[in-house]
Amino acid sequence: MRRLLTGNHAVAWGARLARPKVVPVYPITPQTPVLELLTEFQAAGELDAEFLTPESEHSVMAACIPASLAGARVFTATASQGLMLMHELLHYAAGARAPIVMANVNRTVASPWAFWPDQTDSLAQRDTGWVQLYVESAQEALDTVIQGYRIAEQVSLPVMLNLDAFYVSHALEPVRVPPQALVDAYLPPYAPEHFLDPERGESWGNVVTQDMYCRHRQALGAAMDRVPALAAQADREWQERTGRGWGIVERYRCEGADLVIATLGSMCGTAREAVDELREAGVAAGLLKVRLFRPLPAAALRAALEGVRDVVVLDRNFSPGAGGVLHQELRGALYGMRDAPRVHGYLAGVGGVNVPPGKIVELARGVPRMDSSFEPVWA
Amino acid sequence: MGVMRDLFCSGHAACPGCIEALSLRHVLGALGPDTVAVIPPSCLAIMAGPQPLSGLRIPVYQPPLASSAASASGLRRALDARGRRDTQVVVFAGDGGTYDIGFQCLSSAAERNENLLYVCFDNEGYMNTGAQKSSSTPHFARTGSTPAGKPTKKKNLTAIMAAHEIPYAATASSGFLPDLLRKVEKAKAMRGLRLITLLVPCLDGWGVPEDQGIALARLAVESGVFPLYEVEDGWRYTLNEPRRTRPVREYLQVQRRYRELDEDAVETLQREVDEGWARLLKNSGSEPEFEFEVRAQQPEPGKFGL
Repeated sequence: MRRLLTGNHAVAWGARLARPKVVPVYPITPQTPVLELLTEFQAAGELDAEFLTPESEHSVMAACIPASLAGARVFTATASQGLMLMHELLHYAAGARAPIVMANVNRTVASPWAFWPDQTDSLAQRDTGWVQLYVESAQEALDTVIQGYRIAEQVSLPVMLNLDAFYVSHALEPVRVPPQALVDAYLPPYAPEHFLDPERGESWGNVVTQDMYCRHRQALGAAMDRVPALAAQADREWQERTGRGWGIVERYRCEGADLVIATLGSMCGTAREAVDELREAGVAAGLLKVRLFRPLPAAALRAALEGVRDVVVLDRNFSPGAGGVLHQELRGALYGMRDAPRVHGYLAGVGGVNVPPGKIVELARGVPRMDSSFEPVWA
Repeated sequence: MGVMRDLFCSGHAACPGCIEALSLRHVLGALGPDTVAVIPPSCLAIMAGPQPLSGLRIPVYQPPLASSAASASGLRRALDARGRRDTQVVVFAGDGGTYDIGFQCLSSAAERNENLLYVCFDNEGYMNTGAQKSSSTPHFARTGSTPAGKPTKKKNLTAIMAAHEIPYAATASSGFLPDLLRKVEKAKAMRGLRLITLLVPCLDGWGVPEDQGIALARLAVESGVFPLYEVEDGWRYTLNEPRRTRPVREYLQVQRRYRELDEDAVETLQREVDEGWARLLKNSGSEPEFEFEVRAQQPEPGKFGL
């Protein structure tokens, strides 16, 4: 069935189809329509889940973790300050190996107050142990919620899918909503090996020794390492059922490309137009969409950029003192690669500043004359 | 009460003579095995561990300090979703984790009337980190962060929680075990958010000998400093026995945390207790008590070897 949905409502539909049993949630601009549609589904008897509306996002995530550990599939959504307030619990959730799926609407982080698209909120959580995916459209958001559970429950790690404020969260587009039976066949009910229950006597959170802690972190890392292959498989199987696949990275018109633009989220849509314009003008340009950001799919990134002369990284985020986060990450991933491409980092669209296709074309055209620099450039 | 099934194991890491450990053993016994506990960082969490051991014979989830009631809510809802509606979800938290950093989410859980039993093991300070003040620390008490004595009064958690009109809010003392166990049984049979504020003297933090914890827990009640009462639905107050029979001075002079209190401070504390009692009597519709005489009374020789 095709419905005209915003990115937020597509997320809510994805969540509904995944049949979560516990949904703690707190409103925040621009995520609130996710909450509202989910509570409407529940009130109409279309979503059989326990809903909690606690007093803060801190409490939302605090409730998510033991709900997940008690064997329930859990969903929530947040944005910006809400994600910041959850920070302590994000680490806690990953440490507890709780396969929660959360949608985060990427919004500027205060202060000063602003409500614009900017991915600093989620990128600042890159060390918390959450799998992170960045989506470009409402359709991809819906599909990624469902794929997110597939990944999360296979590796016992929480999954965060990120959609840009307004560009994705509030833009209306026709979205294919898959039948419940298709989703049920793709995503079986959550049946964990371990869960909190008086009949089982398992606990979580006890104080551990140095050695136990270290081994626990290694196990978490090993689970992360399995994600790129499992995420790719989850996507392939989804594609077999729906005809739609997104990849863990996507190469758009990268055949024979000298120059590749790399970015996350809604910026990919703009960059596609820029690539088309460059190709028409005879420039061998392509787009590398990084959909899976954590774990960073280093092998896939290296393979995708092999033989490329220049990479233009567009970062709609800013890490003061270091620059753009994707820029840093990509340089790290390509380090030591034979004939590695030159990597040019641009801080483009920070704070929600508009980046039209022409701007990207202009940046790309300037690149062949430049050496790559460690410092990012404000575009 | 019958024979208690011991769900608390020996060999835990509490201090010798710890009243909290004793209280936990009895509360757990009254709750029974169909229970999941949520225990934030606290002395209780030390007793619950360390991995791979467990001090409790029931599942325990240890949340971050600021989130006990929220965590318990999530756990409760997941158990409900799995059809385990009769399993008790109980929070065992200290006063720091309840009155201070965990208060926001506790207030919210009370507003939502989540089906939880919340037992605050109130030892009037951050004792697990070496005795610093919490908002439960009483007026004039010395702690690691109030070396000259706390300049403000103890927060009244039970009254605040009762004001949320939750089904049950009660105070209890380890010094009066039958009363404590009756309250746990009563709370266990109810649904919605139930709170028990359980006063547990901390031997080290309050400065009392390790064989005097129970005597002091009794003295807290007998001096009127910590009255035993219950509030149902936010307005039905019941004053429990025993009521106060002794002056506050007797309670103060046996604790090192009140050392070097001057007469004015003792009188201030007595007045505060008198005022609290007057309010409690009014709320519970009880007869005005007999004229309470503030007397200076020495403890029995050898009772408190300070």
